[in-house]
Amino acid sequence: MSLTVLNAIIAVVIAIGFAALNAAYLVWAERRGAGRIQRRPGPNVNGPLGLLQPLADGAKLMTKQLMIPGGADKALFMVAPVLAMAPAIMSFVTIPFSDVIVAKSMDVGVLMIFAFASLGSMSILFAGWSSRNKYGVMASVRAVSQAISYEVPMLITVITIVMMTGSMNLHDLAVSQAGGFWHWNIIPSLASPLMPVSFLIFFICSLAETNRAPFDLGEAESELVAGFHTEYGSMGFGLFFMGEYANIVIGASLITILFLGGWGCPFGLFPSVFWFLLKIYLLIATFIWIRWTFPRTTIYGLLNLSWKILIPISLFNLLLTAGLLKVF
Amino acid sequence: MSAPIHIQPGETFTLNVGPQHPATHGVLRVKLEMDGEYIVHAETVLGYIHRMHELMGENRTYPQVLPNLSRLDYLGALGYTHGHVLAVERASGIEVPERAEYIRAITVEMNRIASHLFWFGAFVMDLGGFTPLMYAIQDREYILDILERVTGSRLTYCYYRFGGLYNDIDDEFIPATKAFIPRMRESLKKYDALVTGNIILQKRLKDIGPLSKELCRKYGATGPVARGSGIDFDVRKNEPYSVYPEFDFDIPVYHECDSFARYKVRMDEMEQSLRIIEQGLEKLPDGPIMPAKKPKLIKPPAGDYYQAVETARGSFGIRIVSDGGKNAYRFKLRSPTYSNMHLFDEACEGMLIMDALALMGSLDLVIPEIDR
Repeated sequence: MSLTVLNAIIAVVIAIGFAALNAAYLVWAERRGAGRIQRRPGPNVNGPLGLLQPLADGAKLMTKQLMIPGGADKALFMVAPVLAMAPAIMSFVTIPFSDVIVAKSMDVGVLMIFAFASLGSMSILFAGWSSRNKYGVMASVRAVSQAISYEVPMLITVITIVMMTGSMNLHDLAVSQAGGFWHWNIIPSLASPLMPVSFLIFFICSLAETNRAPFDLGEAESELVAGFHTEYGSMGFGLFFMGEYANIVIGASLITILFLGGWGCPFGLFPSVFWFLLKIYLLIATFIWIRWTFPRTTIYGLLNLSWKILIPISLFNLLLTAGLLKVF
Repeated sequence: MSAPIHIQPGETFTLNVGPQHPATHGVLRVKLEMDGEYIVHAETVLGYIHRMHELMGENRTYPQVLPNLSRLDYLGALGYTHGHVLAVERASGIEVPERAEYIRAITVEMNRIASHLFWFGAFVMDLGGFTPLMYAIQDREYILDILERVTGSRLTYCYYRFGGLYNDIDDEFIPATKAFIPRMRESLKKYDALVTGNIILQKRLKDIGPLSKELCRKYGATGPVARGSGIDFDVRKNEPYSVYPEFDFDIPVYHECDSFARYKVRMDEMEQSLRIIEQGLEKLPDGPIMPAKKPKLIKPPAGDYYQAVETARGSFGIRIVSDGGKNAYRFKLRSPTYSNMHLFDEACEGMLIMDALALMGSLDLVIPEIDR
């Protein structure tokens, strides 16, 4: 019994540590990446290659005064940033990094991650609503409608994969693709010829779910100032920021497990945690690359994309896969 | 994208965009009455940085007021000082040597490119793409370096004098400008590949923010805003001044009336300005830069004088009423952005706030020039 408790505590500590470390250093990577793309150095003063910059940022955010605007709903205002970070950390518990490195392998792992992911939009709604700022309210309403419309095609795509694998356990999902890249879900097979399309849909949805550019309508700075976190300063803002990056890591991990064979080597040799990390960081680099290349979409363009294009295609793919699974 | 609006009383809310807001690029305040994300009614509020440039023009001598003109539009300052010197030269009948006129035209066009480059970056940043701004200001930096060597300043130039120039161009000016032209052409191709062809950008600009020809005429819009709505008017062609008749260049006009048309007009204008600079460098004559005979004290004879020039933002007019004294009796500035901005109130009704702010970005507002 005590061993289980100890295990759980260690798992949680590692999950928080991993999430926080990633959040801090992805900000650094994002800024360096942006600098690369924009022909400027990016942060390079604090430490070698600016590697100490996240520490300086953290110290700055923590020492700032926490301001609560007059007339704000204090309880919700304080809860919202925590709610942005906590589900992201919780989701790490069930993500398998390799055959053995997983805090708690659950049979409903996929469901659990999506349940926690939808809590993220709650935090945005709370933040926008409680800060009593018109920009905040508008941004949070946008972000929620966005989250709702993009969870649908995302989940339909996941159902397609779960149907093929017959399991909702993330570990099983990854194991089913073991042994070379030709076993990966992204490669079209007889049962599901539209898998690359599914991958694309899932990728776009993860961008939208994590509020990343070009779908960052919740914090569209040119029209809504800073969106839902306009009134947040200090570590309240810091938690939103870290939550966003933790969500990006989860999004990349999910794509890796569902489509790119998890921790498997592309050539079927030496599956290990190294491959998993390589894949998620490549995906995150793509996220960064996209963010600094594209302008922002409009809210109606975004909703049209989901309801008129992504959902019909993913539904068609679901039906096609179901039919073909019956045949083969 | 606009939709019919059916609002019950008391269902709207007021949103203050500005005076401090990232989209207004300055201290402009727009009072929006909103129904959700739709704009029901808009009202632009001015006057936050009014500095009484016109009054200053009336209680200072003509040379003393010259630096004021470059404080109107800090992005395309040379065009405004050009207007002032042309107006005073016309009023007092000062002959300008040909070399000075050519150098003026070349520097004004370079300043126009710099201004359009900055607009391009800021506009795409309004649409959420940050990277093009960095590329644009890097190219702009090159122009500023060239102009700095000649004029002595980087932003608020006071380079032109009544009758000519403050000083002649230096040895490096011509090679640096000649090197700049192909470099800029490469950059324009790059911008086309990175930004113009982008599907998200096209979706955000095409058929968004329509400004009809009638609306532009009604508010007196000029410059790229009017040319994006199919009005073929450019002071350089229609009321030629300086040495512009000597140059072979086109006026880009688009008839789509949307934000994308205004975007295309400005992108094409940069290419046309490059052509003018190219020809100007070829034809640049030798000779003095100041007239041999010039009045010691500028005292235009009594009368009413008007001179319009085409600046980066449109037709800038300057009216001088002289009573024969060393100050102007009346000094009136007709700034293009003032007219261009006022059509925003009418144009944005029924639009989504995102599209309205994209429309505002496409007007290329410089606030100190509205609030002079």
